[in-house]
Amino acid sequence: MLSETPLLQVQNLSMRFAAPRSLLEWASGTPRRELHAVRDVSFTLAAGETLGVVGESGCGKSTLGRCLVGLYEPAAGEILWHGRPLRELGNRQAISRKIQMIFQDPYSSLNPRMSLEQTLAETLKVHGLATTRGERKDRIDELLLTVGLAPRLKDRLPYAFSGGQRQRISIARALAVGPELIVADEPVSALDASVQAQIINLFEEIRENLGVAFLFIAHDLSVVRHISQRIAVMYLGQSMEVADTDALFDSPRHPYTRALLGAIPRPDPDERQNGVSLEGELPNPFNPPKGCAFSTRCPHVIDACRTSIPPLRKLGATHHARCLPHILDLRGQ
Amino acid sequence: MITSTSQALLEVSNLQTRFYNQHQAITAVDGVSFEIRQGEVFGLVGESGCGKSATCRSLLRLFGGADARVSASHIRFDQIDLATLSEEQLSNVRGRQISMVFQDPMTALNPTMRIGEQIAEALRRHDGLSGQPLRDATIALLKAVGVTSPQERLRAWPHEFSGGMRQRVLIAIALACKPRLLIADEPTTALDVTIQDQILKLLLRMRREIGLSVLMVTHDLGVVAQTCDRVAVMYAGRIVESGDTRQLFRNPTHPYTQALLAALPTLSGPRHKLKPIGGEPPNLADLPSGCRFHTRCPQAVERCRVEDPQLRHVAPGHLSACIRQEEWAC
Repeated sequence: MLSETPLLQVQNLSMRFAAPRSLLEWASGTPRRELHAVRDVSFTLAAGETLGVVGESGCGKSTLGRCLVGLYEPAAGEILWHGRPLRELGNRQAISRKIQMIFQDPYSSLNPRMSLEQTLAETLKVHGLATTRGERKDRIDELLLTVGLAPRLKDRLPYAFSGGQRQRISIARALAVGPELIVADEPVSALDASVQAQIINLFEEIRENLGVAFLFIAHDLSVVRHISQRIAVMYLGQSMEVADTDALFDSPRHPYTRALLGAIPRPDPDERQNGVSLEGELPNPFNPPKGCAFSTRCPHVIDACRTSIPPLRKLGATHHARCLPHILDLRGQ
Repeated sequence: MITSTSQALLEVSNLQTRFYNQHQAITAVDGVSFEIRQGEVFGLVGESGCGKSATCRSLLRLFGGADARVSASHIRFDQIDLATLSEEQLSNVRGRQISMVFQDPMTALNPTMRIGEQIAEALRRHDGLSGQPLRDATIALLKAVGVTSPQERLRAWPHEFSGGMRQRVLIAIALACKPRLLIADEPTTALDVTIQDQILKLLLRMRREIGLSVLMVTHDLGVVAQTCDRVAVMYAGRIVESGDTRQLFRNPTHPYTQALLAALPTLSGPRHKLKPIGGEPPNLADLPSGCRFHTRCPQAVERCRVEDPQLRHVAPGHLSACIRQEEWAC
């Protein structure tokens, strides 16, 4: 499968937003400030594969996901779908037949006045699928079965469902069009631990049984580890390290990946982390460091890091990191 | 481990908190008892709606306008019974003896007051400081919580601070009057993981340096494992298991604690399929009979539907509320 054209190729993708000006700035003719939410990000995704995208707030992971479903028009770079530019698929509706999105908050991403059945029926109608009433009913029942909801709940409105059930509805709606890729943006972070595990397992089943690929965006590394074959770590709009899941956790190479892994509180009191915390905070995204985005907090920083952005280096067949070679060679912390 | 004596600083016995609205009354906390020792970090952990936040708010009766009624056999804090205090008496305890840090550092600060002013307000009110001593004390506090160049930051507005910096300021305000107990209600949930790490280490440093006792309320078992000396696990308004953190993680005896730990995705070891707990936490307005966990418990038997389990010792200092414990002990 890997020798074929990948399902999705993202090449040097960048996305900028213009900030609104204050009255004073407007009057004095100050140019609009630009926020570089995603800077020069590249990766590939094979059919039926899950790529985890992790990073802290403001790292650009959600913006990246929104570019892929056509919600944002990227400022630069290329998104290839089966080897051809994504925009050749057509408008947003045409893209949404192939790529679907699931959001974090299952409370606001469902129409509160539509029953479960109406929600799913509308998606089918909009895309001209399952056109007769009988077909529609069968398809809806099948979708509910896939996501583990009882068909007898069909007439209920969203408020009658719990958070976990609502996220199941969102998943059923995404699956309704038979997509090849689902972009899931923090889909389990609003859920309690006991329910979170149910939804993670559901994503796994869908990938295995239906062959859907996932771009799984999350801030929780342990969740991402369980669900992804490969992981991309982002920081302030840049992709810092991309690797197979086991390689990333067993031998993280980028200093930010190592710091991130070291900062997660592990649920094991025998493994108390007394290591040094990563100091400082995220730089102002309107005024990012000139060189490497992580240079203001990196424990290994040298002058060269502050002046130019290091290129993405290939460390193995599927392992890349954006850092200087001698720093990447420091194993452990 | 720490310089903790066995003497209890706070002893909560049989706490019950009910919330009322036009339609119904809900018992969010139902017969909760625990104690926090001097210099100890005590964790209260559970999923949303389990009553952990209601428990800690009940201690100081901070409900922000909700109609809540608190009753308890006693809430003994250093010889005083907080349960019997009037609102006025209690307000002398708040901030001075016991203070609180909340989850959301974005809304807990006054947006129209400069950072230095907000910290000074607490110092002025409780210690009666003014002038240069007040300014010095404010700067010293900001420095203690790790705010860099505190002199310049005094005149900053809350919106100029990031989430992590605001949480530091809130901790500074909470510590302004040298309280003996700090209640931290999900203090790092809204923060990024590298900033969470900084704030948790700050709290542990404060405990070490000034002998602060902390009630750490969290949903995150990782935070508990990394910071707490002892922990109580709550489910549907009750404590189902409590004990020494190490003991509880190594040898969880209540089926809910066991299931919760097994449901967690891990950062190391083999990546096997997760074992979720079936169903969802119960609605407090419509609780199951008998053991409140029996509807989701993989080990439930007929007896669990009718018998209400009580907390019992399973080992010294380790309590668990499961009626099947005795069978397993044999």
